[in-house]
Amino acid sequence: MSDPQQAWMNDAAIEEIRREMLKFAQLQLRDATMAEDVVQEALAAALVNARDFAGRSALKTWVFAILRNKIVDHIRQQSRTTNVSALAPEEESLDQSFETLFKGNDHWRPENRPSNWGDPEESLRQQRFWDVFDACLNHLPENTARVFMMREFLEFETAEVCRELRITVSNCNVILHRARNGLRRCLEKSWFAPGEQPC
Amino acid sequence: MLSCKDVTHKLSESQDRELSLSERLQIEMHLAMCHGCRNFRKQMNFLRMACRRYMTGRLSSDDDS
Repeated sequence: MSDPQQAWMNDAAIEEIRREMLKFAQLQLRDATMAEDVVQEALAAALVNARDFAGRSALKTWVFAILRNKIVDHIRQQSRTTNVSALAPEEESLDQSFETLFKGNDHWRPENRPSNWGDPEESLRQQRFWDVFDACLNHLPENTARVFMMREFLEFETAEVCRELRITVSNCNVILHRARNGLRRCLEKSWFAPGEQPC
Repeated sequence: MLSCKDVTHKLSESQDRELSLSERLQIEMHLAMCHGCRNFRKQMNFLRMACRRYMTGRLSSDDDS
């Protein structure tokens, strides 16, 4: 690493990228050992070609693209043995609590009406928001989170998610709706609740 | 007439597929009268934006010096 152009690529920089990858992989896979494995594989693959990178963000983009593929492979393998559409108790309780938001005629109870979150950009700029966002994602039941993250973070089309996980489109819709509501309610409670926002 | 609960399902689906014209009209009619569902739609859009930002922020938070 005597090449001055590669000065950015020191151990500390790699370690920081590794930490971010690990966080992302853990969120996706919910399994620390498995996350370590995919990150290791992805980093090894990326560093073989590291000299070709113009800079740190180019390396990061590359490394995350590899990581995405590794995660997708793992999800594919797992989906052969797990039934994603099966309802765990956490999923059932999330559904039950969704039902309580409505009156008998399926309209919002006044106290549960979704609130106005104001200027979203404001929140997205704050580091604390992202901590809450992470916590809310982690709070979603495992299978629900998996479908949601494939759709939103790994950017699969819904049809691909269904195919990969072998679930029906309507099942997929139900799961995504559950995930979005769970996340929405968690953020509403933990971040957007009136009076609790930092100024 | 769609209920609020129906609308939450349709609005979630609108992020995954193109809704039909009649679905969109039904939703718009409901939203015109329903403050809670209008907020719900904004919240759904916010979630989509946050997820996109989550990924791009991860990749571009630090530029090469």
